[in-house]
Amino acid sequence: MLSPSEIKIVLEAALLAAQEPLPIPEMRKMFDEEIDGDILRRLLEELREDWKERGAELVVSAGGWRFRTRVSFQKYLERIHPEKPPRYSRAVLETLAIVAYRQPVTRGDIEEIRGVTVSTEVIKRLEERGWIDVIGHKEVPGRPALFATTKAFLDDLGLRSLQELPPLEEIARTLELTPTQTPATQSAPDEPATAQASPV
Amino acid sequence: MREAAQRDGTVSSTPGAVPAAMLLAKVHGEPFTDLPQDLYIPPDALEVFFETFEGPLDLLLYLIRKANIDILDIPMARLTEQYMEYVEVMRTKNLELAAEYLVMAAMLMEIKSRLLLPQPAALREDEHDPRAELVRRLVEYEKMKLAGQKLDALPQLGRDFLPVEIWAEQTLAHRLPQVDIVDLQEAWRSLLVRAKMTQHHRVSREELSVRAHMSLILRRLRSGGFTEFGELFDPTRGVPVLIVNFLAVLELVRENLLEVTQSEPYAPIYVKLANAQSE
Repeated sequence: MLSPSEIKIVLEAALLAAQEPLPIPEMRKMFDEEIDGDILRRLLEELREDWKERGAELVVSAGGWRFRTRVSFQKYLERIHPEKPPRYSRAVLETLAIVAYRQPVTRGDIEEIRGVTVSTEVIKRLEERGWIDVIGHKEVPGRPALFATTKAFLDDLGLRSLQELPPLEEIARTLELTPTQTPATQSAPDEPATAQASPV
Repeated sequence: MREAAQRDGTVSSTPGAVPAAMLLAKVHGEPFTDLPQDLYIPPDALEVFFETFEGPLDLLLYLIRKANIDILDIPMARLTEQYMEYVEVMRTKNLELAAEYLVMAAMLMEIKSRLLLPQPAALREDEHDPRAELVRRLVEYEKMKLAGQKLDALPQLGRDFLPVEIWAEQTLAHRLPQVDIVDLQEAWRSLLVRAKMTQHHRVSREELSVRAHMSLILRRLRSGGFTEFGELFDPTRGVPVLIVNFLAVLELVRENLLEVTQSEPYAPIYVKLANAQSE
């Protein structure tokens, strides 16, 4: 029977060596004895505390827990990591936002919102990145594909679920410093269409 | 503080930088939100300007925000006019005009005309605001546009942080076969068996070695006479050589090539060639 501090060190080793986020059910497999998920969670929080002053941080996202470098050090690291991912165009970002906040959507839905045809290039880019996926088809003539965001999308942005997406902006009536508060004009804060939260 | 110049001459202050949506160009690092009216703009630059728009909705939003128009109460005539101005510029400069721009132009015209046409009072109550759909689309698009920017601002794997992976020596992951003590004993036994078999070969080699010594002894004794037994051996050459020599002597005796005599017990032993002429 391992002591809590021993369990914690095993968790640390597993997380350091992991190539992908590690969810709690996976962590439990490492031990002979049954360890309660809550205990593991408590130890992981402790581990997170332990690493507070270090170059990497322990974070939790949809896929599980992972160690990652701190954003504040990226400017140093990127000098020795030349493969920098290119910046995404507005078209890509707008499409991604539509899929994220209005999923599941068809290509046609995306076009309707953006007011322009969606290029195959944009969809492909997001699919290749692993951020969007075809999760089905709409039962209408043509059976268009329905797109949704993936778990990898949440992991890559450090989000635990779609609930953690930044809330949609309240629309200002005019370009004022603050949006007006009159009920007739203010639109309610939007929530993402579906929740994909899973306990980690 | 940056100031945004408005068409009607008033100036409104916005804290911080000009929103990206309003930005036309930067000259010497200074952002420009309006095309100077009297400046000649070469067609290529105009193309760049229009390429910054993602479509007609984007352009309309730009116009609405630029003119500080109330999006929920759009003056259709004014907006349509401005929109058509821009579309016309695009057309005259022979820029590639996406079909959607023209579709939107038609839509705006239609809305405008619906608003202008006098409606019987009864119908007007039932009828929706012809602008409603357009407003809905503009609001939705702007939400998504801003959401896209916010998503891009989130820390992103690869761009803002990297995953931590320590180098785990993968070859160690190959499970080495389990070795049991029984296996070791078995291996040792087969080794001994093999050693015995090779010993056999070694014996044959020694037989040759015995023969070699026999020849040596015979050569030594050819000079004739008796030689004391001990003189045939060289202890400095080690025990195996002694043994081989002794075997050689015995073999010679057996083949009747050597005579070994001893006058009495514990007396020195003498050897001589059996058919030696010496006496």
